[in-house]
Amino acid sequence: MSRAAVYLDHAATTPLSAVALEAMTAQLTQVGNASSLHASGRRARRVVEESRESIAASLGCRPGEVVLTSGGTEADNLAVKGAHRARVAADPQRRRLLVSAIEHHAVLDAAEHLAATGEADLELLPVDHDGRLDVGALRDALEREPGTVSLVSVMWANNEVGTVQPLEAVTALCAEHGVPVHSDAVQAVASLPVDFAALGLDALVVTGHKVGGPLGVGALVSRRDLPLTPLLHGGGQERDVRSGTLDTPAVAGFAAALAAAVAEREAHAAHLRALSARLVAGVRRAVPQAVLNGPAADSAERLPGVVHLSFPGCQGDSLLMLLDAAAVECSTGSACSAGVPQPSHVLLAMGRDEASAKSSLRLSLGRTSTEADVDAAVAALGPAVERALRATRRVAG
Amino acid sequence: MLAAMSGGVDSAVAAARAAEAGHDVTGIHLALSRNPASYRSGARGCCTIEDSNDARRAADVIGIPFYVWDLSAEFHAEVVEDFMDSYAAGLTPNPCLRCNERIKFAAVLDRALALGFDAVATGHYAVLREGEDGLVQLHRSADAGKDQSYVLGVLDQSQLRHSLFPLGDTPKPLVREEAARRGLLVADKPDSHDICFVADGDNAGWLREKLGDRAPNTEGPIVDDATGEELGRHEGTYAYTIGQRRGLRLGRPAPDGKPRFVLDIEPVSGTVRVGPRERLAVEALTADRPRWCDAPLRPTAAGPAVLEGEDVTVQLRAHGAEHRARVLVTGDPEDPTSHVVEVELLEHASGIAPGQAVVVYAGTRVVGSATITSTRRVTAAETSKEAGA
Repeated sequence: MSRAAVYLDHAATTPLSAVALEAMTAQLTQVGNASSLHASGRRARRVVEESRESIAASLGCRPGEVVLTSGGTEADNLAVKGAHRARVAADPQRRRLLVSAIEHHAVLDAAEHLAATGEADLELLPVDHDGRLDVGALRDALEREPGTVSLVSVMWANNEVGTVQPLEAVTALCAEHGVPVHSDAVQAVASLPVDFAALGLDALVVTGHKVGGPLGVGALVSRRDLPLTPLLHGGGQERDVRSGTLDTPAVAGFAAALAAAVAEREAHAAHLRALSARLVAGVRRAVPQAVLNGPAADSAERLPGVVHLSFPGCQGDSLLMLLDAAAVECSTGSACSAGVPQPSHVLLAMGRDEASAKSSLRLSLGRTSTEADVDAAVAALGPAVERALRATRRVAG
Repeated sequence: MLAAMSGGVDSAVAAARAAEAGHDVTGIHLALSRNPASYRSGARGCCTIEDSNDARRAADVIGIPFYVWDLSAEFHAEVVEDFMDSYAAGLTPNPCLRCNERIKFAAVLDRALALGFDAVATGHYAVLREGEDGLVQLHRSADAGKDQSYVLGVLDQSQLRHSLFPLGDTPKPLVREEAARRGLLVADKPDSHDICFVADGDNAGWLREKLGDRAPNTEGPIVDDATGEELGRHEGTYAYTIGQRRGLRLGRPAPDGKPRFVLDIEPVSGTVRVGPRERLAVEALTADRPRWCDAPLRPTAAGPAVLEGEDVTVQLRAHGAEHRARVLVTGDPEDPTSHVVEVELLEHASGIAPGQAVVVYAGTRVVGSATITSTRRVTAAETSKEAGA
């Protein structure tokens, strides 16, 4: 289809950056398995290790703490299942897994799997109306029986609503009780300062394609003293925690994109914040009844590029379809299992009812977004909301 | 235009034809169950993840946008609940008609119109034609073996005006050939036959599980209709339908050695009555809730509306035979909800159950439909006369 789409779904995936493309194309035509001992292998290995060092520098960790994976989902699964299983193996008392109710499915479903198999006692930590972790609830859960907790997982910033989590409070509380903390920083890393060591985390997850890198590569950063039971067994790569031949071009592209994203972070965040403000103001003019979910538009507790809106009386998937037809691409922000749109677990955890949860859209901005994109989206939203409202009324009546 | 895509070959070709005809087509797959596995599993039907993916791939090949619409709440409330209530009341419902009336050409069509679409296209085998009176007429398809006008007989003018059946003029084998030619991977997919939300076609098992406390009875007698003698026991009247022969598990054969059939179901007393095939013959029936496709048949102050003639027929089940008939519509002219359809079957029918739909035809044109409430059996004297004839 030849149309210049207004792409406002950067939280789903964002275009490959020029530096990543360059780093990858330099590697794509080279032969060499990073585990091989000969010259070609050593060459590939060098690229991987330099990339690992670059990733470590970008994230405030040591190179030996970076475990390269196939992406965020695998890294989150390895953190949650791997750390929980290893901690339970070391002490069968530590069966309680404390996870925020608004985690990405890669964390939530991994935790629910452990509960379903009888490996864990899962406790979901509540959030407030804006999607912010209830730190008091975490404190209560920890203090109840600190010796029985295997792991706490709280994401850095929520992928749907964009709420930044009070992670300093989380790591401080957990440190008091010697409980390790995992954080999914997939959405945070390009627009917020992310420093693994400074925050005192035990595990952290990032992925390539949200920062201008390629799809299919990510990393788990984990302290060497956090035990991990592997998910994948094989050649023993990545300190025996994650077997599998490393994808040298992807790793190189990921490292280059991440380094650029971190270097440009402040300017990038300012760019996103200005566009978000323009978008929210425009939507408020075009659709006065629209509700911005999460912290206030100018709050530091919100991802600068994520604008999550509810349109009372509309169905989010109707809006998405109408906007798509007008070449404006966004997301309902909800997971889609079996192709059936489910109400977002994040909005339900924030206390919204099912109808309200299904009336939402996530517009997410990125490096390539412009004021013209924002204005086009605003222009398309007004008529779309009008039609979607009619559709709801028609069906109800 | 919206194309409802089930994931089967017919709706895929229908969508492709609509797109080729120059319409701006958007493909929609209807998710009718929140949890597909809870309704049915397997590759057939319209509720599985595989079907949704097949529909998506067909839309890719055709080159049209594709979305999944969640109609699970509406489908459950309008179709599944009605299905269960009907069986609990001793009726034999047809959920496909109900789905067409309340979901595909109602909830979906209404939403489509509000969102700015003009019509809904489906892969049903039926023909739409504009009559001299300017009304849209519904006709049987060219392929008599695949004709689906029966399950569309519940649609009224406001629905038919916004419907499109691009396959009505084509025999099924040609549709499969066309699918293959267009590169649609569903070309060889088997047709669906069973009720889409009942796994494995096990109606009785599904109802036993789902009805729970709503089941009017959990067991009762199976009695001989002529003698009143108890011949066996059953585990719930909802597992039976009039005309059914299999699964009665009667210990003793009939004195004349002939098979016995379900004649009547009494959900309140929990009695299932059985008898010989001849006793199933029906000469007239009454139906309510009429729905007219184009010009309505309405009684006037002068009396009932009458439809009769050489080409007037009724069909009583999907893919069932045509029976020549004379049709009367009675009731208060001012109050359509009071209208009752009286059908005199000039050619007798057999094994007709209340709850089924009677669809009235004038030639190939569908006049309308109504829900059967009662039937009049051919008397014993006539039965023996017929048997002797």
